Amino acid sequence: MSDEKLKKTEKDWEENKYGKTVNRFGERKDEFKSDSGRTIKPLYTPLDLENIDYEESINYPGQYPFTRGVYPTMYRSKFWTMRQYAGFGNAKETNQRFRYLLDQGQTGLSVAFDLPTQIGYDSDHPLARGEVGKVGVAIDTLADMEVLFDQIPLDEVSTSMTINAPASILLAMYMVVAEKQGVNPDKLAGTIQNDILKEYIARGTYIFPPEPSLRIITDIFDYCSKEMPRWNTISISGYHIREAGSDAIQELAFTIADGIEYVQAAVDIGMDVDQFAPRLSFFFNAQMDLFEEIAKFRAARRLWAEVMEERFNAKKDKSKMLRFHTQTAGSALTAQQPMNNIMRVTLQALSAVLGGTQSLHTNSYDEALGLPTEDSVKIALRTQQVLAHETGAADTIDPMAGSYYVESLTDKFVKEAKEYIDKIDELGGMAKAIEAGFVQREIQESAYQTQKKVENKEKVVVGVNKFTEEESKKAENLLKVNPEVEKHQINGLKKIKEKRDDSKVNKALQKVKIAAQSEDKNLMYPIIEAVKEYATIGEISDVLRDEYGEYKAQYI
Amino acid sequence: MEKKIKVLIAKPGLDGHDRGAKVIARGLKEAGMEVVYTGLRQTPEQIVRSAVQEDVDVIGLSILSGAHTYLFPEIMKRLKDANRDDIAVIAGGIIPEDDHTELKELGIKAVFQPGTPISDIVDFIKNEVN
Amino acid sequence: MDIDIDKLYKEIKNGNENKIAKAISMVEDGTKNALKLMEKVYKNVEPSYMVGISGPPGSGKSTLTQRIVQLWRKEDIKVGIIAIDPTSHFSGGALLGDRIRMNEIATDSGVFIRSMATRGSMGGLNSSIYDTVLLFSLAGYDYIIIETVGVGQNEIDIVKLADTTIFVTVPEAGDEIQAYKAGLMEVGDIFVVNKSDRPNSQQMVLTIEQLVSFKEGKDIWKPPVLSTNALKNEGVSNINKWINKHHTYLKDNNLLQKSRKNVIKAQMINLMEKTLNEKYIKPVLKDKKFEKYIDLIYEKKEDPYTVIEKLLLN
Repeated sequence: MSDEKLKKTEKDWEENKYGKTVNRFGERKDEFKSDSGRTIKPLYTPLDLENIDYEESINYPGQYPFTRGVYPTMYRSKFWTMRQYAGFGNAKETNQRFRYLLDQGQTGLSVAFDLPTQIGYDSDHPLARGEVGKVGVAIDTLADMEVLFDQIPLDEVSTSMTINAPASILLAMYMVVAEKQGVNPDKLAGTIQNDILKEYIARGTYIFPPEPSLRIITDIFDYCSKEMPRWNTISISGYHIREAGSDAIQELAFTIADGIEYVQAAVDIGMDVDQFAPRLSFFFNAQMDLFEEIAKFRAARRLWAEVMEERFNAKKDKSKMLRFHTQTAGSALTAQQPMNNIMRVTLQALSAVLGGTQSLHTNSYDEALGLPTEDSVKIALRTQQVLAHETGAADTIDPMAGSYYVESLTDKFVKEAKEYIDKIDELGGMAKAIEAGFVQREIQESAYQTQKKVENKEKVVVGVNKFTEEESKKAENLLKVNPEVEKHQINGLKKIKEKRDDSKVNKALQKVKIAAQSEDKNLMYPIIEAVKEYATIGEISDVLRDEYGEYKAQYI
Repeated sequence: MEKKIKVLIAKPGLDGHDRGAKVIARGLKEAGMEVVYTGLRQTPEQIVRSAVQEDVDVIGLSILSGAHTYLFPEIMKRLKDANRDDIAVIAGGIIPEDDHTELKELGIKAVFQPGTPISDIVDFIKNEVN
Repeated sequence: MDIDIDKLYKEIKNGNENKIAKAISMVEDGTKNALKLMEKVYKNVEPSYMVGISGPPGSGKSTLTQRIVQLWRKEDIKVGIIAIDPTSHFSGGALLGDRIRMNEIATDSGVFIRSMATRGSMGGLNSSIYDTVLLFSLAGYDYIIIETVGVGQNEIDIVKLADTTIFVTVPEAGDEIQAYKAGLMEVGDIFVVNKSDRPNSQQMVLTIEQLVSFKEGKDIWKPPVLSTNALKNEGVSNINKWINKHHTYLKDNNLLQKSRKNVIKAQMINLMEKTLNEKYIKPVLKDKKFEKYIDLIYEKKEDPYTVIEKLLLN
């Protein structure tokens, strides 16, 4: 049907068929809005794709701008990696959980570290009291890392480590553990999150100020491009930005803008974009609005491809491919009627699969109550397995393409995200925008509006503001972190310190200091040497603290 | 001159998740209260000192890291040592129900779970203060 | 409930933080006991040296405040800080977030930080501010910082209370500077351009120097325009040097008395306005007749001037 005729028939349908029915029966709401507050039309038709050129904006899987997927075969060759975030207590307990998950069919590891580790404090630091082993595994030295990966062949398993400010140290430890297993660094596959900008915005586990932090990050880019070609040097994250309260477009825009800042930082010190860009990766949230999320993932790929091509003149295809990990939204899960969360996670996971994610973590249903138990994490894993093997969702590539709704939404997302990115460019880039508090304010405003919507029931949350129960059945058998963990960890640390050669440690720390002070030494090399001597995370971080100072949050 | 309710919203320990704290702070402000927000990584010492100097009516502790088992007793102890255990202390975040009894025994007046409407917290505070 | 004012007075003098804090709250609430306490305070307490600091949001003045205080602490100077934030006209509530940027001095026993909302004040000046200055002075704080945010008339009124007034800005303020009220340029004793590592910072210094150059004449204080980087702690000792210079200038030229009397005058006017508001205006606003008068004026049956004479002056 020609566009002219279509316009006529659509108008006709709207005014007559649709309009008349609305007058008779009404609609459930006066206005239908997506999770991100965008108006949802009753109907999408070919007319909504009028200005979208298939070859230019959609194209084929594995072909620029990669809207339909980064690889030509996608899940037909290999399912996404099922990678459940795990970690608690000490290395031994976490190692057990890792091996359990691998036995249950998980295909990659994802490490959660405790807060002291994430912030560069040893387990015996005064600020670590009460925090050791609580939100992740406690790692003080290489010794803990060795236990963590006991009986896990690092040449066969890929590992993602959620570590940011001290990422260099944990990467060094991982490498040394692998070496001891007889595995060369160039065989290692995995990721370090290493995304400091979002820490300032939304997550809070920063140590140093932005400038030196970017230096550490570009050192890692450089090191890995030479020594660890299979390693993803960064996981540029939108997950946390979304969890902090942003909407889908903000999540998309701020993540891409962070990516731009990192690429620019590396280019500014003279790196060739094609040298490091292929190993940048991303991390997105999978929230509840099914179609928005699918559109977001597709838009992300197209947006990044265009950025790399137009702004940075990347030549390699691999530099323009946005590969990403997804985690289902923790903030969408409820403490009330926790079993409902199983359904939520299933649908969130579906959006990620239909969106073409490279790896996926599904939350456990007890998310709002505590860390996952073996049983609850198993259900979360099974969710992915059912999706993969029973639904056919993975059997054709980018099945949602061509949907009038999803394609027009994808295109809209790209345009709206670009507006935000332009605004951030005006402010001088993401680092400046964060310093000015712009990003934080946008997120907080969204968070507040969401809260209002839930409280006035404009946004329904089943079990919380609708279909509530007086006395919800109390969740049983929650995971409890062993209260002795802190004591054991501190004792273990003492023993390591007694056994190691302090003079070698000090020499190695000196070398870290010298590298930190110089502008042309890569920090990774001296950090690796220090790690081999069993220098602690705290000791290495303190050397850097002395040089770089600590970040002070300026904005509410 | 009207009397205002003054509340300190604090994030004890290393936990960096501040969405809830900020939303509550704003909600309390819009309910007419004066809210002191001190940012991340507050030690028990800093929290109690802020509460004392600001002469707050209520301290709201927000924590999601599980470290409340150590930090809350510390805070309550320091509050007592400072002779200000008359200040009402409430808490929210991820605090397992199993711990609630112990926390109440420490003197914490209420523990709010995720999903609690702001209005509930406002009402609770207004009741406590009057 | 009546409290023992003399006892409270002594406890504040002894530096009891709980009591100082409670007294400030009393003053903010305007209780009868507060009036009794302030009666004794005004008759006995010499105000300590006051430094006022303000600047637009994002200028880094809280960070600067912390740095200056850290310098003073090295000389064992005790510091009281009053950090003022606006009360929302809509809700009557306020978000007081200045402590976030002062974490490093928050546990220093020689520093007292009190956040204060402007509350229902006419304009920005809250009479509790000067009262708190006196309470801090009684408690033995040597220097008192009055810190607020913004460069509008309200903020100017607040920082004018101080003996030495510092305005902080940033290089990007650019054209906004031209729009700054003349009052700011007249009131500022020291101007600071923070974030000196930004481009155009030197330009901004020159721009402000030009704007304050009208202050000519001997024995007139010529405000310096200083460059700092508060985060990196650069240029802060220079500010301190100039604060001391200004303090000396005030003492040498017998200007402290004049300045303090101006503060008292401002406090008096403020309190008179508040009293009149409470006693005459608020009751009228609450009276149902008031709404009726508005209707009458709308219906062209009355005019505001005649009505007010009727309501207030008869």
